[in-house]
Amino acid sequence: MKNLIGIITVALLLSSCGNSSNRGNSSSENVSLTAAGATFPLPFYNLAIKNYSKSAGTLLTYGGVGSGGGIRSLKDKVVDFGATDAYLNADQEAEMPAEIVHIPTCIGAVVIAYSLPGIEELKLSNENLTDIFMGKITNWNDSRIKESNPGVTLPNLAVTVVHRSDGSGTTYIFSDFMSKISADWESEVGRGKSLKWPVGLGAKGNPGVAGTIKQTNGAVGYIGSEFAFAQKIPVAQVENSAGKYVMPNLASISAAAKGEIPVDTKVMLTCSTDPDAYPISGFTWLILYKEQAYNKRSKAQAEETVKFLSWIIEKDAQALAQQVNYAPLPEKTVAQAMELLGSVVFDGQPLLK
Amino acid sequence: MFNSERIVKTLLFLASAVVILVTAGMVYSLTSGAIPVFKEFGLRFIISSEWNPTEGREVYGALPFIIGTLLTSLIAIILCFPLAFSTSLFIGEYYRGTRMASITGTMVDMLAGIPSIVYGLWGFYVLRPLIVALGWSAQGFSIFTAGVVLAIMIIPYATSITTEIIKMVSNDLKEAAYSLGATRREVIFNVIVPNARSGIFTSYILAFGRALGETMAVTMLIGNSNMIPKGIFDSGNTMASVIANQFGEADGLKLSALIAIALLLFVITGIINGIGKLIVKKYSV
Repeated sequence: MKNLIGIITVALLLSSCGNSSNRGNSSSENVSLTAAGATFPLPFYNLAIKNYSKSAGTLLTYGGVGSGGGIRSLKDKVVDFGATDAYLNADQEAEMPAEIVHIPTCIGAVVIAYSLPGIEELKLSNENLTDIFMGKITNWNDSRIKESNPGVTLPNLAVTVVHRSDGSGTTYIFSDFMSKISADWESEVGRGKSLKWPVGLGAKGNPGVAGTIKQTNGAVGYIGSEFAFAQKIPVAQVENSAGKYVMPNLASISAAAKGEIPVDTKVMLTCSTDPDAYPISGFTWLILYKEQAYNKRSKAQAEETVKFLSWIIEKDAQALAQQVNYAPLPEKTVAQAMELLGSVVFDGQPLLK
Repeated sequence: MFNSERIVKTLLFLASAVVILVTAGMVYSLTSGAIPVFKEFGLRFIISSEWNPTEGREVYGALPFIIGTLLTSLIAIILCFPLAFSTSLFIGEYYRGTRMASITGTMVDMLAGIPSIVYGLWGFYVLRPLIVALGWSAQGFSIFTAGVVLAIMIIPYATSITTEIIKMVSNDLKEAAYSLGATRREVIFNVIVPNARSGIFTSYILAFGRALGETMAVTMLIGNSNMIPKGIFDSGNTMASVIANQFGEADGLKLSALIAIALLLFVITGIINGIGKLIVKKYSV
């Protein structure tokens, strides 16, 4: 027994020594950055971080904890930057301990996936979408769907609506679009990361929704474009503000940002006025504090943060975004984002070189 | 100084103190987290069926989830009972000590080792299409589907304890009955079951408690619609499942609502265990 206690004591002493020597090393040149937030752009961020770390030698970790988690982590100052699919509203910004900057990184979309055997092309008007998701159209052979799909024989099959059961930026973008096209939707359901759904089944995450749709004849639901494109899931053409039916693809999604964008880039891209734009599109942002000197962060860490953010909006990284099915930022937006990064400071000194 | 008796005693004391502290800490953090939502909605949180997480129109009522949880667990225990009870008699009495009994026992125990997600997958790809094919539900996601999978999941818990209890019934009693000319069936239902009833009951209470808290498999099969189900073939949601689904993006009042649901689940499990203990006390021999 005495021996045992002796061993434990020695082990404890050794391990505490180990800890203190580790702490001493952390001030070396190798900067490591941590970030957390939205899962929607996760494949892009993972790829970008992998490439960036290889060339710059910076250790970067990104946790896909959801937009809400990203905002909370930045608020608690436990990350160097956060990520979100929905920009912070005035109330949320006021709750943050200091001023923050939104940097858009790419454009994604929400697509309408369906499972109708034998039907390869489906057009959904704004009225169709509203009626389906509010439970007013319950069968695919409804005359209202036929009107938007002349020449297509739609089956006598019950409509099963599938939505996200978890809170999600994807749901936010979708419900923002629905609120813009339908006053009924806006008053009865509204916009949010999770909603009070009038009808339908919930499934977790894009894979859950996609899997449920695939397994259920007559199912329809919304999915993040990056996931649908990667999995080659059949998607519907959606009517845009110009009254045109648009197939979601990188070009039509990117077109959504061609219009006028406010200086702070805080805008929903749904229902873009561009005639070629896919209407359910949206930016995703990285968020960081304007004043980078907080929580004993080193200047090197702040410089590295800004360097990474300026890299991710430039050509090389934007090409990576397309590889994993996100639409790139139009040049005009890149210039705006650079300007925003220029406003980020350390002890009042601009960091962007 | 280093008296081994004292060391053992101290270690045991410390270990149990840690367990008590952890439980108390959990109750404390659940309660303090749940206060905002109870302040806002009061008792309505428990009896209202409205769950609207949309910003600006937030209303939280946990009734759909409470009903979903109780219904799925009830279906599970009803479906589980005939299977588990028969299996216990098979292993613990009829074929006691035989090779067949030990193989069956091992198989049942293996059911307990299968991860929840695997049951969920099986339910999603095998049971759900079957329910659709039978025409019981249009898309197969329902309270019933979740209940069936839960029933299978809790079989090992109910079976193994019941088997042990049945085995523990004293041989003298059984032999006395046989010597009076009782048949096997009469011994089982007139001697073994009455003697073991409180233990058998406890094992089903434990199985029920396990069904109440099961999350992953249920989430995959219940349909996750936050409304009171119109029947057992309608989709619904359970308390554990709604927490697992929604905590990621939750903050403010919604986070408090989810924590309050966790607290309610804790309380409901406590109440059911309490009722179980009372009944056991009343009927134990």
